[in-house]
Amino acid sequence: MGFYEKYLEYKAFNYEKYFERISDEAVLRIISKDVLEELDFLALLSERAGRFLEQMAVRSRQLTLQHFGRVIFLYTPLYLANYCVNQCVYCGFNVTNDISRKKLTLEEVEREAKAISSTGLRHILVLTGESRRESSVDYIKQCVEVLRKYFCSIAIEVYPLDTEEYAELIEAGVDGLTLYQEVYNEDTYSEIHLKGPKRDYLYRLDAPERACKASMRSVNIGALLGLEDWRKEAFMTGLHGKYLQNEYPDTEISVSMPRMRPHVGQFQPKYEVSDRQLVQIMLAMRLFMPRAGITISTRERAEFRDNLIGLGVTRMSAGSTTVVGGYTQEEKSGGQFDISDGRSVEEMKRMIYGKGYQPVFKDWQAI
Amino acid sequence: MSDKLMIGGKELNSRLFLGTGKFPDNRLIPEVIKKSGAEVVTVALRRIDFDSEEENMLNYIPKECILMPNTSGARNADEAVRIARLARAAGCGNWIKIEVISDNKYLLPDNFETVKATEILAKEGFVVLPYMCPELMTAKRLRDAGAAAVMPLGAPIGTNKGLKTRELVKILVDEIKLPIIVDAGLGKPSEAAEAMEIGAAAVLVNTAIATAGDPVIMAEAFDLAVRAGRKAYISGVGAIKEYAEASSPLTGFLND
Repeated sequence: MGFYEKYLEYKAFNYEKYFERISDEAVLRIISKDVLEELDFLALLSERAGRFLEQMAVRSRQLTLQHFGRVIFLYTPLYLANYCVNQCVYCGFNVTNDISRKKLTLEEVEREAKAISSTGLRHILVLTGESRRESSVDYIKQCVEVLRKYFCSIAIEVYPLDTEEYAELIEAGVDGLTLYQEVYNEDTYSEIHLKGPKRDYLYRLDAPERACKASMRSVNIGALLGLEDWRKEAFMTGLHGKYLQNEYPDTEISVSMPRMRPHVGQFQPKYEVSDRQLVQIMLAMRLFMPRAGITISTRERAEFRDNLIGLGVTRMSAGSTTVVGGYTQEEKSGGQFDISDGRSVEEMKRMIYGKGYQPVFKDWQAI
Repeated sequence: MSDKLMIGGKELNSRLFLGTGKFPDNRLIPEVIKKSGAEVVTVALRRIDFDSEEENMLNYIPKECILMPNTSGARNADEAVRIARLARAAGCGNWIKIEVISDNKYLLPDNFETVKATEILAKEGFVVLPYMCPELMTAKRLRDAGAAAVMPLGAPIGTNKGLKTRELVKILVDEIKLPIIVDAGLGKPSEAAEAMEIGAAAVLVNTAIATAGDPVIMAEAFDLAVRAGRKAYISGVGAIKEYAEASSPLTGFLND
């Protein structure tokens, strides 16, 4: 029954006891291994492994260089609509939030597409809130038809869908899926998703797998860091990625590690994740899954993002806005969260070249 | 002595083929090509940005080079065929390197689907160079399907592990009367020389050059190694002996 079985396998696992037993030698041995087992990966997420970030970084850098070269893939998000029926305590689109709601018309989608593609970007990630009435699969499909004229790769970050619906969107021209479980801990999941279809933990958990079954080319998963103990959440994200890699070897699996950002609403993250800890997650992830893409978005500060290049990141967003119509319209609707890195595509491009890396705008050709 | 490599009706002086992914800057590519002496350059169609003057990789490849687009990203024969046709329609010529990979963990090629794609594209008039796991029966099928050369991997792509498949590649060299081009896995010039010494017709290198500290110098080093290995091969490398041969043989008295 899919990844849930793996989740249950670790549900009663005594993390604290396992972490206590990890020695310096064990960490160093794991760093030099070719293939990491599940518990090796967990060991690299331990507090003790946090003392060996430099050694992990050296290995991560080498693996990333070997498998991806000196390149950073660029994309940007395009918010189609912010209507949402869910009550997720951490999200600006929460139905109870009094923000201005909007949905782009196809003409507006085209204007946004023109503005974005004029910056040179060829990969786009389209987003909506969860509203089958306001942003139906049909509506998303119509938008994709428009976007195909401007972009070589179209990924979606929308509410979870059925396998047939994913297949329908692939047929229309979608090649990538981003879907965050938000939190893998089932109890916490039900505490922070107060109302709406998103309360269905399993339907969301299995969505990336349904996309793989529908033959999606790339699937990006992640946990929203701040909602739970990050060591466990990062562990589950890695296991989920590995599970998908093993079961669906022809889908490119990548992971994100989004940290919570300020948004409309009162919710404050219980578990702060420091820069150092975020780097530890990224490095452990790279050592566990050498060929997985790793995405760092504009949630993170410019200076911090710059320093991550060369450590393991392979994909970055640029010139982003989380506002519906944010690329062309004066009148702003409510955004999903505040971004930290407001640099333009051109500025990002210069920064990446400055780091001795090539910004890659196009890495797929719709066929 | 003339030692030219013939593929698809083209006469090649250089036996070093270049890949173009993974470079820190496309602007390095012209100098790398120049110093490597390479005449055949492969580019993933997925990476060619036809609409951008600055980012279009093709603008950095000298016109005298033979462009060999590859089908990177294809998960089956059908996708490889579609990519190949798109590449030709976009003006990238009729050479095609078939890469069909349905395993994103190791990036090992799918030999079965590769044979299927080769059959279709060779019939359509493409000069087909299929990338494959070195395996004799598949190589024969590729030959029969109309491949212009066969490109076995030396080690999994990007690993820089060297000629790990030496024994299997040697069998292809001995049995298949088509150019055998070792593609993927070669990490050092000495390993390229090794492939050439056992009779490979050419090698294709990307990661080792693109991710070197100085890609231009590394390109030159690979050129020298490939030429050295080739010369060693055609001059006839001495047999490796399992035992020492005394200058006064133990059985010398029998000749009396």
